[in-house]
Amino acid sequence: MSLLTPNPGLIFWMLVVFLLVVFILAKFAWKPIIKGLKDRENEIQGALDLAERTKSEMVKLKADNEKLIIEANAVRDRILRDAKEASDRMIAESKDRAVVEGQKMIESARDTIRNEQHAAIAKMRKEVAVLSLEIAEQVLHRELKDKESQEKLISDLASSARMN
Amino acid sequence: MYTPLRLFITTALIAATCFFNLPAQAQESGHDDKNPIADTVNKEEHEIEHNLEESEQKFNIGQMIMHHIADSHEWEFSHGVAIPLPVILYSADRGIEVFSSSNFHNEHHEYNGYHLVHGDSETIEPVDHERKIYDFSITKNVASMMLSAIILVLIFTSIGKAYQRNVGKAPKGFQSAMEIVILFIRDDVVKPNVGKNYEKYLPYLLTLFFFILVNNILGLLPGAANVTGNIAITMTLAVITFIIVHINANKHYYLHLVKPTGVPAPLLLIMIPVEIVGVFMKPFSLMVRLFANMTAGHIILLSLFGLIFIFQSMFIAPVISLFALFLNFIEIMVAFIQAFIFTLLSSMYIGSAIEDNHSADHGH
Repeated sequence: MSLLTPNPGLIFWMLVVFLLVVFILAKFAWKPIIKGLKDRENEIQGALDLAERTKSEMVKLKADNEKLIIEANAVRDRILRDAKEASDRMIAESKDRAVVEGQKMIESARDTIRNEQHAAIAKMRKEVAVLSLEIAEQVLHRELKDKESQEKLISDLASSARMN
Repeated sequence: MYTPLRLFITTALIAATCFFNLPAQAQESGHDDKNPIADTVNKEEHEIEHNLEESEQKFNIGQMIMHHIADSHEWEFSHGVAIPLPVILYSADRGIEVFSSSNFHNEHHEYNGYHLVHGDSETIEPVDHERKIYDFSITKNVASMMLSAIILVLIFTSIGKAYQRNVGKAPKGFQSAMEIVILFIRDDVVKPNVGKNYEKYLPYLLTLFFFILVNNILGLLPGAANVTGNIAITMTLAVITFIIVHINANKHYYLHLVKPTGVPAPLLLIMIPVEIVGVFMKPFSLMVRLFANMTAGHIILLSLFGLIFIFQSMFIAPVISLFALFLNFIEIMVAFIQAFIFTLLSSMYIGSAIEDNHSADHGH
């Protein structure tokens, strides 16, 4: 049957035309089409990957931030504590020092007072001695004249001495 | 394929003529006195034969169908409206000769020492039978194939340009329409069947699909050529696939032919010939499947239209037209399915020859 007998001329033309079509389409159609499709797929995949990566980065960043905040809080607390301690220590120290200083000043004031006292007492003793001597001298001086006037003199002297 | 059909039509015709002629014959036989029965029978037979001859001369459906599905040296759109195509002949003594097929339009279908023979299909024979000629004419099929090639190139280079122009943009218009088909072939046909090296074979398989599809669809148009229903075309496609497979096949594939795994030694005597027949069976089945499907579709449609001319009745025409319309839709579906199947089986065939792990299914 002629229907089942391939015609050599037709085979020849088929080969020529088909191979030409394959060649032309492969070079000018399939290459850009497949490349375009692949590029687009890569682009979409890349965008999805980027979103995923950004998301995980955000989560990490958030975690980092929290960690940083906690650390910063800890540091702040420590600094505050340290500062408080330092100030407490300084206050305590200065208090101690002030007490010591005060003591010292009181001590020295007391010394001075005591010295002054001693000096005053010594001076007074001297004065009293001198006064007594003067009184004694005058008494002795008057005794020689009358007894009455002598007594009067003594009481006068005594009262004036008390006035001092 | 052709003979049973013819037999069927002939039987139908005889039955029809018997039925319509009986009353007339009965009237005639009334006049005859000598040898009434034998004469009547003879006469009836004669009448039937005469009628049959007449109707066969008028309309031979077998010839009509063969004429339509076979190749031709001119492109006939309807009776008498034909484009002459170039005839290209090569012979050792005359070299290459090119002339128009319209030169054969004379009483003897003869030109320049060549004779156009109308048989099941047209052939050009030299008048001098000593000479051997090779016919490389641009026949109807070649012309139609070239037309489809031009259509393919125009469509897909323009789409290719669209991809270069719209880099990084969404596809639009015709580009996105074809992209669906291209993606289907790539992702659902080629990628799963060929395997990871699919990109090397993708251009061939895509071209194969669209070439068969366009030719199938063009073949359905009235007056068009039956390109993919021609065995030379399907054979060439199958042989190209066969060559691609056997150039790229790895050693597992060849080893499997002579030493199938898991087969006991005595069975090898049977298995090796079976495997080797299988190698040639696959392209053969590709060839026959496409050829037979497309040709069968054309024969069915043409037989349906032939019925109108056989019955010569106005009333049968709408019924047959409706049925033909339905079959045309089926043929459009078949055009897609056959292109898809040819591509699918080609990719499975390539995939089975290049896969590394040969324990999987081989596609037989």
